Amino acid sequence: MIMSVREALRRALDEEMARDENVVLIGEEVAQYHGAYKVSQGLLEKYGPLRVIDTPISEEGFTGVGIGAAMAGLRPVVEWMTLNFSLQALDQTYNNASKMLYMSGGQINVPVVFRGPNGPAEYLSAQHSQGLQSIYSHCPGLKVVAPSTPADFLGLLKSSIRDNNPVVFLESELMYSLRGEVPEEEYLIPLGKGAVRREGSDVTLIGFSKPIYLLLEAAERLEKEGVDAEVIDLRTLRPLDEELIYRSVEKTNRCVVVDEAWPYASVGSHISWLVSYDCFDFLDAPVELVSQEDVPVPYNHRLELAALPSVDKILEAVKRVTYRS
Amino acid sequence: MEKALREQFTGEFLLSLLEKMLLIRRFEEKASQAYGLRKIGGFLHLYIGQEATGVGAVAAIDQSVDYVLTAYRDHGIALALGMKPGVLMAELYGKETGCSRGKGGSMHFFDVKKNFLGGNGIVGAHIPLATGVGLKIRNKNERGVVLCFFGDGAIHQGSFHESLNMAQIWGLPVLYICENNQYGMGTDFRRVSAVTDFTILGQSYDIKGKQVNGMDVLEVYQAVKEQVEQIREVKRPGFLEIKTYRYKGHSMSDPAKYRTREELEAYRQQDPVLLLKVKLLNGGVLTEEKFLQMDSVARRKSEEAALYAERSPDPSLESLYEDVYKT
Ligand SMILES: Cc1ncc(C[n+]2csc(CCOP(=O)(O)OP(=O)(O)O)c2C)c(N)n1
Repeated sequence: MIMSVREALRRALDEEMARDENVVLIGEEVAQYHGAYKVSQGLLEKYGPLRVIDTPISEEGFTGVGIGAAMAGLRPVVEWMTLNFSLQALDQTYNNASKMLYMSGGQINVPVVFRGPNGPAEYLSAQHSQGLQSIYSHCPGLKVVAPSTPADFLGLLKSSIRDNNPVVFLESELMYSLRGEVPEEEYLIPLGKGAVRREGSDVTLIGFSKPIYLLLEAAERLEKEGVDAEVIDLRTLRPLDEELIYRSVEKTNRCVVVDEAWPYASVGSHISWLVSYDCFDFLDAPVELVSQEDVPVPYNHRLELAALPSVDKILEAVKRVTYRS
Repeated sequence: MEKALREQFTGEFLLSLLEKMLLIRRFEEKASQAYGLRKIGGFLHLYIGQEATGVGAVAAIDQSVDYVLTAYRDHGIALALGMKPGVLMAELYGKETGCSRGKGGSMHFFDVKKNFLGGNGIVGAHIPLATGVGLKIRNKNERGVVLCFFGDGAIHQGSFHESLNMAQIWGLPVLYICENNQYGMGTDFRRVSAVTDFTILGQSYDIKGKQVNGMDVLEVYQAVKEQVEQIREVKRPGFLEIKTYRYKGHSMSDPAKYRTREELEAYRQQDPVLLLKVKLLNGGVLTEEKFLQMDSVARRKSEEAALYAERSPDPSLESLYEDVYKT
């Protein structure tokens, strides 16, 4: 069945709320307004105001409420209108959600999902356009999921809701209308397993979220130039499917990583280091990282596009690792 | 009443208020049109309906010493402060000549020369900043007062409560102004506020506040003036809840289905521009002809602003890495 990312998310929430009465949805505009991005349309009508809960604009407060409810046995899904605003709640995720199990010697776990749009959007300027995957992936105790296809959004959100740990679920802000094939039947994807989106033998292109489509386009263009690229979709950033990455790089001996966040201390730079270190004997060229430029995102569209990863930038990087420049 | 009006205010002052409100109204209409033509992208939060708040409040301060901060619904306040329509429109177009050199867009207007420190896209995030500006004024023993505008949605952020507490214990000269337009995006404030008289929230921090009719620019002016004078005198924070209304959706993408046509119509009957116009007509300060002339000036200025934006250059690609750090 063909479905948009928005519908896949809605279906995942609906199925899990039907399956387990402890699952509740909480956040700004999620109930009466049906979600700022219309993900939760119909859920208030179906599950009522005790389980689909509108909050004031109080990010730190309602994020903490979700964590407390999870400590006591509910399984909340906390919607952040965008990840940009989740920064106001960072103390709750960093100091409470992620460490509760550890600090309590294993007594208290926190089965909560934090979800919302992440990453650069269009024409929104610096405060509203940023990939925050590095921040969340940095913190042990959090799991971080970053899907790229409607089927993955469905399967990974369902698994995230069933997971007994706090999960940060990243939805690319520009992907909600993206459509694709989704299984009819119950569908779960385990956290921590990446996917090969395209097989190839000459270079490994690694990414997650929306940039997967840049990588697939780059791979198509490379094919015309006689370069056979393999595209790896990480799907989960923590835990990371290192095996899949290493297997591919051992085959292709070249690697380009794409990450829409800033390059400094990022998921992309971490993976580049992992590959450089663990695949040292197999590499024929230094690992390349294509990231967002190391600046806040500007409003002007021409500058904005220049700040973000692009197919051209990926092709340049591939040229460098294949010594064709 | 008309006599009272003329005893209290000069005709020049009254007309300047009307002139500013008209300019905001027409500028916003022009911006909305340009958005429709995709000349402007992203979010565009219009101020239409709330003109009396920004204009009345700004008229009550001394711009040479006082500061202003607000959130993302910032066009009206920027115009009230006397920023040039062309420079603002150019920012909406993302041009080099814009007030933030095309890097900020609609939500990030600034003008340091006018003591206008934003323009902020994160709900509640500028309230502590305004409080910090107050700290500077206190430490340097200056005369200034800070006007900090925010919405009814922002009032439940911790940043508001933390700021009021600090401002009170340290005696900071900040006037916190809640522009209660009754909706935070699609949420009626009555659904998310434990108390609907926000002066009660100010009182929890021993800050006496007042509710003001935000459709009446003169009432806003007087309330702000009174507070500002008092703050200058006693060096303590103040709080006002200005009851106003936005005619448009939260932003251009919001059809505003969460409120009724009747409600909107009721507020149109007390439109701030209309209200002042009638007062001035009755007071003999204005004629219908003069009004039409003022309105056409406002339209022309907005047209010219759009033309200026249109003809301005994009920022250069090199500017991408400029202003990340101060050298
Ligand atoms: C911290 C944060 N949370 C959520 C948002 C998204 N958002 C933008 S405006 C808005 C409503 C704010 O309403 P209010 O403060 O009343 O201001 P108004 O729009 O009415 O001027 C929301 C929820 C945001 N920008 N920042």
